[in-house]
Amino acid sequence: MIRVLSAEEAVAEVLFDGATLMVGGFGLVGKPLTLVRALNASAFKDLTVISNNLGEPGKGLGETLRLGKVRRAIGSYFTTNPDVAAAVIAGKLQVTLIPQGTMAEAMRAAGAGLGGFYTPTAAGTRLAEGKETRVLRGREYVLEEPLHADVALIRAHRADELGNLVYWKSARNFNPVMATAAKTVVAEVDEIVEVGALDPEIIVTPHLYVDRLVIAKERL
Amino acid sequence: MKELIARRAARLLKSGWVVNLGIGIPTLVSRYVDEGAVFLHSENGVLGVGPPPTPAQLDVNLIDAGKRPITVRPGAAYFDSAQSFAMIRGGHVDAAVLGALQVDGRGIIANWAIPGELVLGVGGAMDLLSGVRSVIVVMSHTTRDGEPKIVSELTLPKSSLRPADYIVTELATFRVRESVLTLEELMEGVSLDDLRSRTAAAFRT
Repeated sequence: MIRVLSAEEAVAEVLFDGATLMVGGFGLVGKPLTLVRALNASAFKDLTVISNNLGEPGKGLGETLRLGKVRRAIGSYFTTNPDVAAAVIAGKLQVTLIPQGTMAEAMRAAGAGLGGFYTPTAAGTRLAEGKETRVLRGREYVLEEPLHADVALIRAHRADELGNLVYWKSARNFNPVMATAAKTVVAEVDEIVEVGALDPEIIVTPHLYVDRLVIAKERL
Repeated sequence: MKELIARRAARLLKSGWVVNLGIGIPTLVSRYVDEGAVFLHSENGVLGVGPPPTPAQLDVNLIDAGKRPITVRPGAAYFDSAQSFAMIRGGHVDAAVLGALQVDGRGIIANWAIPGELVLGVGGAMDLLSGVRSVIVVMSHTTRDGEPKIVSELTLPKSSLRPADYIVTELATFRVRESVLTLEELMEGVSLDDLRSRTAAAFRT
């Protein structure tokens, strides 16, 4: 049986200063808000955060940023949080911008044990500068490296007591792929059911990817 | 003006297509497509996006890539981001309707960065350009200051090596064929001279 902890216990157990952390969600949808709140209440710092966005001003990961815990952010779209621009200009935050599909695939590659992959996305653009490129079948591709993390904080809808996960509508987004790409995965869920209660046909994240469960206290 | 562009772009979509709509004018295109005629794909993991929800239908966890609440149509599917972009890059999405800041005379698009400004967002535009079968650019013909957005050479960083297939503005619709802009249609009341005076790239008529 998987261990079920409070968000505070889980964060204390899995995080450390300087950790590379994946956080699920597209905006606030599918974001593990209870875990993010526990992270914000913790003393952990110097984090590299891999997430599509960095929340909104003062909300979710936006609060993590305001607290000065994030040293580096890797994602595709930070435009909606003006605090990100301010932190970059102040030299407090380093941002790496990746096309959204490349980011998802880089996590998939990490979880699938690949050394990298060639994608046509961003070929010939500024985002490919300094990267190895290769012409394959007449088309230019960019070599992208896998994206690994020490810890992933993800959000799912329902778990069973082994840690099998199912998601809720568009709150799925980056969560399943992040579950595959991090050494330790904490899933925040609405409900935990008995083993056998989830139809094997509908399980999206099999339990071997999941290390701890937390019950959601914060909801959108 | 936006509505005019959206209505014209909607006519380029074929029944049964899987279509991804960007943020801004592209979103409006869905208003001019017959209900159920196309399957709307949203890169955050939905195929079969339906109309905006009524208050009773609202689910805050069901949004499109513009973070607006949506509904889904019967037959819709949810999937994760990696699969969503695999669909896009893999050529399984028939068309993307995208906004642009500039398009050059070969149809190459700039829609993500402005020189001298801190660039903090790229989203899924580059992935869409790399993989969808048909790229339809919808944009105002000129900038707010009246400068042409269709130019011979881009002054903004390009988004992809892949050109647009169609460009729809409030003045005209162009088709890109073998790296040349071809005028497909003038909007009602627009003269060819007027179009030429507000376009900074050569095009075939």
